[in-house]
Amino acid sequence: EEYWNSSKFKAFTFDDEDDELSQLKESKRAVNSLRDFVDDEDDDDLERVSWSGEPVGSISWSIKETAGSSGSSQEGREQLKSRNSFSTYAQLPKPSSTYSLSSFFRGRTRPGSFQSLSDALSDVPAKSYAPELGRPKGEYRDYSNDWSPSDTVRRLRKGKVCSLERFRSLQDKLQLLEEAVSMHDGNVITAVLIFLKRTLSKEILFRELEVRQVALRHLIHFLKEIGDQKLLLDLFRFLDRTEELALSHYREHLNIQDPEKRKEFLKTCIGLPFSAEDSAHIQDHYTLLERQIIIEANDRHLESAGQTEIFRKHPRKASILNMPLVTTLFYSCFYHYTEAEGTFSSPVNLKKTFKIPDKQYVLTALAARAKLRAWHDVDALFTTKNWLGYTKKRAPIGFHRVVEILHKNSAPVQVLQEYVNLVEDVDTKLNLATKFKCHDVVIDTCRDLKDRQQLLAYRSKVDKGSAEEEKIDAILNSSQIRWK
Amino acid sequence: FHILFVPRRSLLCEQRLKDLGVLGSFIHRDEYSLDLIPFDGDLLSMESEGAFKECYLESDQTSLYHAAKGLMTMQALYGTIPQIFGKGECARQVANMMIRMKREFTGSQNSIFPVFDNLLLLDRNVDLLTPLATQLTYEGLIDEIYGIQNSYVKLPPEKFAPKKQGDGGKELPTEAKKLQLNSAEELYAEIRDKNFNAVGSVLSKKAKVISAAFEERHNAKTVGEIKQFVSQLPHMQAARGSLANHTSIAELIKDVTTSEDFFDKLTAEQEFMSGVDTDKVNSYIEDCIAQKHPLIKVLRLVCLQSVCNSGLKQKVLDYYKREILQTYGYEHILTLYNLEKVGLLKPQTGGRNNYPTIRKTLRLWMDDVNEQNPTDISYVYSGYAPLSVRLAQLLSRPGWRSIEEVLRILPGPHFEERQPLPTGLQKKRQPGENRVTLIFFLGGVTFAEIAALRFLSQLEDGGTEYVIATTKLMNGASWIESLMEKP
Repeated sequence: EEYWNSSKFKAFTFDDEDDELSQLKESKRAVNSLRDFVDDEDDDDLERVSWSGEPVGSISWSIKETAGSSGSSQEGREQLKSRNSFSTYAQLPKPSSTYSLSSFFRGRTRPGSFQSLSDALSDVPAKSYAPELGRPKGEYRDYSNDWSPSDTVRRLRKGKVCSLERFRSLQDKLQLLEEAVSMHDGNVITAVLIFLKRTLSKEILFRELEVRQVALRHLIHFLKEIGDQKLLLDLFRFLDRTEELALSHYREHLNIQDPEKRKEFLKTCIGLPFSAEDSAHIQDHYTLLERQIIIEANDRHLESAGQTEIFRKHPRKASILNMPLVTTLFYSCFYHYTEAEGTFSSPVNLKKTFKIPDKQYVLTALAARAKLRAWHDVDALFTTKNWLGYTKKRAPIGFHRVVEILHKNSAPVQVLQEYVNLVEDVDTKLNLATKFKCHDVVIDTCRDLKDRQQLLAYRSKVDKGSAEEEKIDAILNSSQIRWK
Repeated sequence: FHILFVPRRSLLCEQRLKDLGVLGSFIHRDEYSLDLIPFDGDLLSMESEGAFKECYLESDQTSLYHAAKGLMTMQALYGTIPQIFGKGECARQVANMMIRMKREFTGSQNSIFPVFDNLLLLDRNVDLLTPLATQLTYEGLIDEIYGIQNSYVKLPPEKFAPKKQGDGGKELPTEAKKLQLNSAEELYAEIRDKNFNAVGSVLSKKAKVISAAFEERHNAKTVGEIKQFVSQLPHMQAARGSLANHTSIAELIKDVTTSEDFFDKLTAEQEFMSGVDTDKVNSYIEDCIAQKHPLIKVLRLVCLQSVCNSGLKQKVLDYYKREILQTYGYEHILTLYNLEKVGLLKPQTGGRNNYPTIRKTLRLWMDDVNEQNPTDISYVYSGYAPLSVRLAQLLSRPGWRSIEEVLRILPGPHFEERQPLPTGLQKKRQPGENRVTLIFFLGGVTFAEIAALRFLSQLEDGGTEYVIATTKLMNGASWIESLMEKP
């Protein structure tokens, strides 16, 4: 693959020549003209240096800057004071980790290279995000208290640290939120919401957000992300969003590993305002886990005692806890098939408790008994006595499914054959019989269909000199059949 | 410590770090802003997996904001796009954000000659159907079966073991074979967008061409000729390697597509898409649940039926839900709720099924599909034309006014915006010259849809060439998975 995918672009090195950059004069010009409108709060002088310079130049410049930052900051601040600009961070070059357009273009002027890394280095001296303690005291002196909500929000968008504490009154806070929402930047909205969550009472916060849909959605998403389950549920309760309340509460069960604790938790979910259908499912979930805990304890005991044949022959591969209902039924049909309805582990009990439909029950029991090669049990599943005392085979699922499951479990041909014969649709019957080599069925069906051609064709598939071949010959030669 | 946030810094992240008490130990926090990543000459993606869930389930429009920023960057590099068309709530939001952002930077007129004539913004939920169906293009099938991640695919190694002569009993590699897939590879570019059934003949023709090329060495007599042959050698060897790889991949895919289950699944899908029996419980789906096929496969199918029926009858829905919960576990109530909320699996309201109208008006189901030499985009699903691409096609010719009624049935507003250009830059297309449309899928796009758009681009009298952008390259499985609730 290297041939097709060799890169045309070399990796970035500090010695890069700027010829690629000069080729993109158009975009550079466009971007430069934008410079004036981006970030008027920042010190444009410093901006210019990093913008037009080569990467080498800007790096050395930035190294110089960081070395002399304490010195230059004094000067810078004086300048800034007179310009009535806000930020104490303005004397530091604008970090490229902002949302302004210029930061994009810097990255884009060299397609394919990673030169924005150099920009990052050039623009952000190491000290700009020093730990709290490390900040020179001087920086706080010029902390302006004059930022309007819209300016604050704009600063947040650029990723600048900003204290929101000065917004004390409710009205100020709401205005801040309004500004943030109109900016559409989810990051900023979240930042403001974190602040409001901290500084407003729950009731007021909820009341105000109820009428502000966008902010409300953000808060819900935020609470989900940080896992503040309690506040989230309170919010849903306040908003009367009952179904979401119920589901949010229910979701927590996934985080509880201990089966007993999970069972107790599920109990608290019953009766919550789910939809009618879901309420039934939640109830079943609880009941199922309750039963599984009992079965698991019991069976583990039986298994370790070593007296029960089924467990000795087929040791359990996994615990039954937290398994779905159908899996539990299969397990029960496998290990506890003959038990009476009274026990928790009997299949019949499960069927009754969870109202499992016949179809599902028969399918699962069949799979379990077939796996154990208990063909008599399989027979019993489908045999019903009619009022005359005769036995008849019926199935709620279609015998072709039965045949498939039997085949999957390597049932002997005699067993397979019997059930293939019961398939109602003739084409399906023939298909399955051919697929599973149930010769007699094929032969008989062809004879019934009076299809000489197919019978002839099948003759070549049976073993030479076998009983089947003889049978075919006998039929072919029979004068009693009127072939098609 | 340094920390680089990619693709963007988030205050939420920093808050978390602060709560854990480690924020101060990072002396350098920065972000490497990656909005739209080029995947190929005509394909860009934000690779934001959570975008669909955020926008359509949680109504959080942060990803849309970043899409808008990505588009502003595109405009700065390739010129202001004079016309914006859109369909869907999110599309409307993105357009609004773009217009607002442009206003904030007025005075800085972009003097780049515009490359794009149009921008088409499409919400994923305008077409919930297409990603649910199994893709049938070569690249689409690779993605469906093995999953393409960032242009790479991991394949079972057995077929890729190097064959050495006289070699017996050599151990087969156990590590998955990783291949890069993009249009730089000649053969792949040729076959990726074809219907899988048309790939075989291309491969065999290629094999003949390459064999013939290697045979040329016998004809090279003069030093000059030999020199020329040798210079071609790397290309020929690469071509041969490429052919070997894709022949192996095609064999792997064929094993799947010729299986009985694949055929049954496709039959069920195509029945739904052509409008057959969408209001009853489907027996193939029942069988899949009974045999406990992977849950995502089952969910894709029931959602497909629901979308093709404008929602399922309550009885049918309850039946499916109960079967699923009893077979896979009750905890999936949460996922089913999410699917209902985004409209993928829901009860039918109003008792009306709108899908037949949409299907007939937009000609979504084409009975006579030519897989080898397609004449219509429906070849990518062997009969079903992706709704989203059909909308793009009709926008180009004859325009959306001809399908007003259908557009009103589909969710979300549709709109048109113009962005004024300075007079010197206004483009006058020569007759016969194609327009260029940037089409942005908000919520994800599949390879089959990309193939369909490329098909339209290369049509003789198509009139439009497409560049495709999206929030994520996805398929039905990764899409549904993003909506599942996990602990």
